[in-house]
Amino acid sequence: MTEKVDARGLSCPQPVLMTLAKMREMKTGELEVFVDNEVSKENVSRAAAHEGWEITEAHHEAEEYRLLLRRS
Amino acid sequence: MKAEKNVFATSLGIVGVGLVIGVLAPLLQKWGNPGNMGICVACFERDIAGSLGLHRAEVVQYLRPEILGFVLGAFIAALAFREFKPRSGSAPFARFLLGMCAMIGALVFLGCPWRAVLRLAGGDGNAIFGLAGLATGVGIGTIFFRSGFSLGRTSRQNYGLGLLMPFVVIGLLVLGLIYPQIPNEPKSGVLFYSVKGPGSQHAPLVVSIVVGLVVGFIAQRSRFCTMGALRDLILFRHWHLFSGFLALLAAAWVTNLVVGQFHPGFANQPVAHPKSFWNFSGMLVAGLAFALAGGCPGRQLFMSGEGDGDAAVFVFGMIVGAAFAHNFGLASSPAGIGPHGIAGVVIALATCLYIGFTNIKRVGA
Repeated sequence: MTEKVDARGLSCPQPVLMTLAKMREMKTGELEVFVDNEVSKENVSRAAAHEGWEITEAHHEAEEYRLLLRRS
Repeated sequence: MKAEKNVFATSLGIVGVGLVIGVLAPLLQKWGNPGNMGICVACFERDIAGSLGLHRAEVVQYLRPEILGFVLGAFIAALAFREFKPRSGSAPFARFLLGMCAMIGALVFLGCPWRAVLRLAGGDGNAIFGLAGLATGVGIGTIFFRSGFSLGRTSRQNYGLGLLMPFVVIGLLVLGLIYPQIPNEPKSGVLFYSVKGPGSQHAPLVVSIVVGLVVGFIAQRSRFCTMGALRDLILFRHWHLFSGFLALLAAAWVTNLVVGQFHPGFANQPVAHPKSFWNFSGMLVAGLAFALAGGCPGRQLFMSGEGDGDAAVFVFGMIVGAAFAHNFGLASSPAGIGPHGIAGVVIALATCLYIGFTNIKRVGA
């Protein structure tokens, strides 16, 4: 099952903190993160890579970014 | 994944931006800006408050074009790369007060985080206490974030509202062009100018604007932030932003050595005082305020150029805070701390802690 983090409307460091908290809770699996600005997208991507999660998809639609992170 | 890649946001990019700012800032000093104050967001916003007559400290009145350039440079970058995004509504009054507190703390130390680094790079040992205070304040801020601190989500605003800050800045720039400085005159039209002191020392107008635009542009692209550098290091052990911070320090130090502006010591440093405890405490308050508000004063300017109305509120909080700091005798001077500087630090710290404690929510709520 894909877990979700909705960090839209929030700015650093909260999207990263929320993503990291969820990752530590899940340990492995698939995580979908929603952010609404480029900076948060960059920060979450950087933190995910740092934690050994793979960024499998990154969509950008209108004002919204959806990142799909995976660790097996 | 979109093919578009932002080179400025890479490790090399952030270091490059730190190096460019680190070279330009000491050069601005060489071209006329005050000692170890090539760029100081707090001091320059304070000078703007003075030029507008919000405070009447005669030695610190000048409509610093660098600040205006920072906002417009970031605005241009945000437009060019489709990152201009009008947004607002995340506890604006709390952010205004945090801006005031940040400025009061910064003026007890006499500098923003950028100037703390530039002071160290110029040999001013007192800056070590300021930087330690900054790191401590940001560290306290990270405890709040770990505990679930949040000022709440922003919401989208219409395009016109996002343009307000760039328009205000263009308005100030036009005001500066209509009423330029008249040599040895303390006033030109509605604007005040210093005839002596740090406010009278400045690089030529065009140079200041061009450097401001360049720094604003590259800082917006790279997300350069001195508070974020310390925060991410403390909170996540991430070195990304901190590498830019170190690059700025190294480049400014080398540039100062090359142009003969490196004078190591604690006494008689330009626009500085040697009261270590208050240098530490002032920056602790400023660091906490920047952390809770999500950006150092430079970053707040860049975000305001991207359409972030809350960052614009913080900027004006700083400008009003500067007026209070000088009108109420909270600001320090080379002679030492102001007559009410201690009260200023205590009240500003209490305000930051109040805002911190009253906004702890569960993350994700």
